[in-house]
Amino acid sequence: MSNSQEILLKALELHHSFVEGVRKNRVIKGVSLQVEAGETTSVVGPSGCGKSTLLYLLGLLDRPESGKILLQGSDVTQSSDETKTQLRNQSIGFIFQFHFLIKELTAIENVSLPLRKSGLNAEDSKEKSMLVLQQLGMESKATRSANKLSGGEQQRVAIARAMVNSPSLILADEPTGNLDSENSHKVFDLLQELAERDNLGVLIVTHNTDLALKTDNLIRMQDGLIVKD
Amino acid sequence: MKFLNLELAWKYVLGRKRAMTMSLFGIVLGIAFFVITQAQTSGFEAFFIRTILGTNGAIRISDRFQDMHGTVRMSSQDGRTKFLFNSREGARHTEGISNPRLLRSALKQFSEISGISEILEGNAVIAGTSRSQNVEIHGIIPSEHVLVSDIENQIIQGQLKTFELEPMSILLGNRIAQRLMLQTGERVTLKGGTGNIRLRIAGIFETGVSQIDKNRAYIHLSTAKSFLGKRFSGSIFQLSMFDPVKAPEISAQIQETTSHRVVSWQEREQVWLDVFKALRISSAITVSSILLLSGLGIFNVFAIMVIEKTRDIAILRSIGFKPSDVSAVFLWQGGIVLFIGIILGTLVGIFSTYVISSIPLRIRGIFSTDSFVVNWDPSHYLWAVLIAVIFVSIASWIPARRAAKIEPAKIIRETL
Repeated sequence: MSNSQEILLKALELHHSFVEGVRKNRVIKGVSLQVEAGETTSVVGPSGCGKSTLLYLLGLLDRPESGKILLQGSDVTQSSDETKTQLRNQSIGFIFQFHFLIKELTAIENVSLPLRKSGLNAEDSKEKSMLVLQQLGMESKATRSANKLSGGEQQRVAIARAMVNSPSLILADEPTGNLDSENSHKVFDLLQELAERDNLGVLIVTHNTDLALKTDNLIRMQDGLIVKD
Repeated sequence: MKFLNLELAWKYVLGRKRAMTMSLFGIVLGIAFFVITQAQTSGFEAFFIRTILGTNGAIRISDRFQDMHGTVRMSSQDGRTKFLFNSREGARHTEGISNPRLLRSALKQFSEISGISEILEGNAVIAGTSRSQNVEIHGIIPSEHVLVSDIENQIIQGQLKTFELEPMSILLGNRIAQRLMLQTGERVTLKGGTGNIRLRIAGIFETGVSQIDKNRAYIHLSTAKSFLGKRFSGSIFQLSMFDPVKAPEISAQIQETTSHRVVSWQEREQVWLDVFKALRISSAITVSSILLLSGLGIFNVFAIMVIEKTRDIAILRSIGFKPSDVSAVFLWQGGIVLFIGIILGTLVGIFSTYVISSIPLRIRGIFSTDSFVVNWDPSHYLWAVLIAVIFVSIASWIPARRAAKIEPAKIIRETL
């Protein structure tokens, strides 16, 4: 809670389109937003309005046609793939709708991946991952194979993986889309708690307006534009 | 981090046990069959070469020739020959070596030659107690001939020493002895040449080459000269070499310098050597197809896997894996299957080759053996491994490259 006004992420006039055959489909038509440390922000809107695309642009998984993305004050829009890969590993945590765990790995192995990738050895990675799993109440399932966990448990593991490398920003794409109401509320509460406790910026894309209302900021999108901020 | 890609690859391999086992099975079979077939074909070939070297030597020098049209030679300024043309057409041949002593001293200048044996060849009729047969007489000096042949080990009855010590003795091919029902120690009559001579059978040999075993008899050179009436000419030379592979090169040099017809074992046995070579290449190609099929199997498994694992690839990219890391995960999987395949394939190859070498098989004709002949040549294993590495690398590299090119955002978007 040291500096809740720190701007972690800033997007300026982002434009993006996809080419489908000969047709160019403009999905983001000049979006600007910012995510601050210690706050949760949700992006809501109908399917196809461009909210997930926006998330991947902000998460450096895709490159915008035009506009700027500033991560902790640095312009990363034109950064090299190597720099973006490093930023995804150390500054950004992703959570996806379908949990996206690697089923051949155990829960703790899934959580450890970003740490291992950043250079931490296997033993220390597991130790740190276990601490995060403990925080999420998943320590008893740590050695269970990922595909033997329930939907809610898998999503918790995915959250643990997103936060294990202590990123400054967590980007969540429909994190409750595959969960029942009870688990959905738990996940939202957890993300809010993390944002406050660890001074993280959390950006959540969701269909669920009820849950979105629980976040600190709400952004509505329609046809590639922000209609209400 | 160092082995993270490898660890992930290992987990993926374990996660697809059945498909990977099938691919592994193909590699193991491919390597093992390659080794087994090469061990056999090259084993028989090497045994054949040993037999012919042990019987007729590395090089044979026979008739002297004289160029009737002469030699056209052009020399450069430094004295080196730039162009040489020897006309063999119309060359006049004289049977046998005209001056053995002079030729012998010339041959001693060739450091590659390890032994020289003078042989006088001729025909005679050998008469046993009840039957007689035409034979090819080879007059030899025993102490010389052991240096250019394997006669010592080819004797299956009697002793070479007995033959060496007794000028009026004879060594008979085993098929002659069988046909005439002759035993060591018995006396036989040799008819032809200048008359008849009585010789004691000092030993019976078996080269394995049936043409030799049923026609050839060795007697002392001095006895042969006297019996065939060729006291001063008509001999041939049989040579052995430290490195018989160089025989064609040395033969050409000897022919060039001595004006005698010189034939290397490779030229003499070219037909059989070509047959063995064709067999070896044919079996290598056939067996390589197993490795190719297993490579295609691996390609298939990995190609499907890349499609199935697009979400995993997207996750890995989103948490900081570079395209080269993703590619490495797939290449390592190929590497793991290949490594295990090489180890098991080699072990199965060694074991099977050992088992095959003890299978009874009686062959007489171009050589003599009572079991499969195998060649324990490390190059067979290296070739098998190299072919497997090439096929599996290509089979893993193509899907790995495709995996590395996957755009994570596109995958995630399409999954939702």
